[in-house]
Amino acid sequence: MLRLSRPAKIGLGLIVALVLAFLYVPLFLVVLNAFNGARIAAWPVTDFSLRWWEAAFTSEAIRLAVLNSVIVGLGATAIALLLGTLVAFALQRYSFFGKQTVNLLVVLPIALPGIVTGVALNNTYNQILEPAGIQVGYFGMIIAHATFCIVMVFNNVLARLRRLNPSVEEASMDLGARPWQTFRFITFPQFRSAFAAGGLLAFALSFDEVVVTIFTAPPGVDTLPLWIMNQMARPNEASVVNVVATVIIVASLIPVWVSQRLGRDVTER
Amino acid sequence: MVTSLPAQVRRPPKAAKPPKSSPARRTGPLGLVGLLALPMTWLVGVYIFSLVMLLVTAFWTTDPFTSKVKPGFTFRNFEQIFQNSAYLSTSLRTLGIALLVTALSILFAVPLGIFMAKIAAPWLRAVLAVAVTLPLWAGYLVKILAMRVTFTEGGFFNWLMAPLGVSGPGFSITTVVLTLTYLWFPYMAIPVYTAIRQIPVNLFDASADMGARSWRTIRTVVLPLIRPAIIAGSIFTFSLSLGDYLAARFVGGTTQMIGSVIASNINLNPPIAAAFSVVPIVFVVVYLVGVRRTGALDRM
Repeated sequence: MLRLSRPAKIGLGLIVALVLAFLYVPLFLVVLNAFNGARIAAWPVTDFSLRWWEAAFTSEAIRLAVLNSVIVGLGATAIALLLGTLVAFALQRYSFFGKQTVNLLVVLPIALPGIVTGVALNNTYNQILEPAGIQVGYFGMIIAHATFCIVMVFNNVLARLRRLNPSVEEASMDLGARPWQTFRFITFPQFRSAFAAGGLLAFALSFDEVVVTIFTAPPGVDTLPLWIMNQMARPNEASVVNVVATVIIVASLIPVWVSQRLGRDVTER
Repeated sequence: MVTSLPAQVRRPPKAAKPPKSSPARRTGPLGLVGLLALPMTWLVGVYIFSLVMLLVTAFWTTDPFTSKVKPGFTFRNFEQIFQNSAYLSTSLRTLGIALLVTALSILFAVPLGIFMAKIAAPWLRAVLAVAVTLPLWAGYLVKILAMRVTFTEGGFFNWLMAPLGVSGPGFSITTVVLTLTYLWFPYMAIPVYTAIRQIPVNLFDASADMGARSWRTIRTVVLPLIRPAIIAGSIFTFSLSLGDYLAARFVGGTTQMIGSVIASNINLNPPIAAAFSVVPIVFVVVYLVGVRRTGALDRM
């Protein structure tokens, strides 16, 4: 065991308390301000009210923004699931020249700053495709999101494939199963939970993304983060944005819970 | 890309390893080319193509009257980055911010990791593990909003500090650094914690038996062992901070970062925006190449 002196332990404990306060006090302030009757976020909160909750749930703009985020997220996740799984299989099952490069290529869209990805795609859409008569429109956003979501699925599926026992598949083949049958009944069930976890991460990443979206969203289309950003950019940001933020904070508990469950699913096997 | 990967490069089964069936048989109907064709078409055809075109645009010019982009070849846009003192200082400021955020993240992640892995009781460790992961999901803009609410003029931080006669940083470069640390800290904390947990207990016993005190054990045993994890985490904190500009926009007051310059030029002067976006790419690539030999990339 690591033996630490008492002052060292207390010092470490204080740092941990400081980190936790730093992580949670700001989020708590947002939640509190969602119930603030005043127009602008302030401290201390004096006038508690639910008026912004009513405003948020009757807002057509918010409803549309959520819908856009869900459509883009689902589209990007579907593409990422397919492409990420294909690359993961290629890298796990084969050894070939340029393997490292392929790996780097998958990681690059999130390793490079979002603004670079956003500006690069914006440049392609506006300066090359549009003069050529191709309007990407809404799909521009989905294409952009899918590109940086691939790595999420790739990482999860690859990590699982590396731990699989190849003999199980070989047994299936030896018993006369066709390759497709082996994949469908033997291989896929073994990495299904990693596949789902990767998809969940990809969706969450897409749902939250704003920088690439700023540069690839067609004019007049807001995803939820774009709507929040536009609200924040107003000189007197209405407190309704705190309500949306609170809902996001609460909703963020869901993926944590699901990933914990999926994680347990793995260790129990 | 795809054409450079012929099917013959598959690894022949090695005798020394446990018997392995041929990979082709195990993947089913799709060979290597079949597996890679679609993803590589996407990544190279969409992403790499766009990056290359961005680089090409950086050598083009803008007509000052119509602000239409004209193909050509000039180094003027790149010269601007070095000659225009505002651009140069913005690049250096952004680099400084990214390094500072990384340093702060390491500074807090290591004690947190040691506490979680080696001091906290199992239940507390589980609680802390969730507590550190949770903000990762809370939403990027939600967290910027949270920092805005915390550090605003009549906000919580100033109220907290008022009795001490201290006024908070307001919306300034300090708040940008704090906000970026707030945003990316979990990316450092989680790998560092995992690495510390994996250190075998008997190494600490050996260190203590040989007379090393706690600080010395941390410095000579823990830190060298968690170096790859710190590097893996730093790739995120560094790269994510480098490209960020919304923190600067919403809590930075007048602070400008590389992203601010790119964003404000993308419509008016695309070539200069393109040239400027090469700056973070160069920073990140230099960083990635630098850490590549440490093997940290394989952990991502």
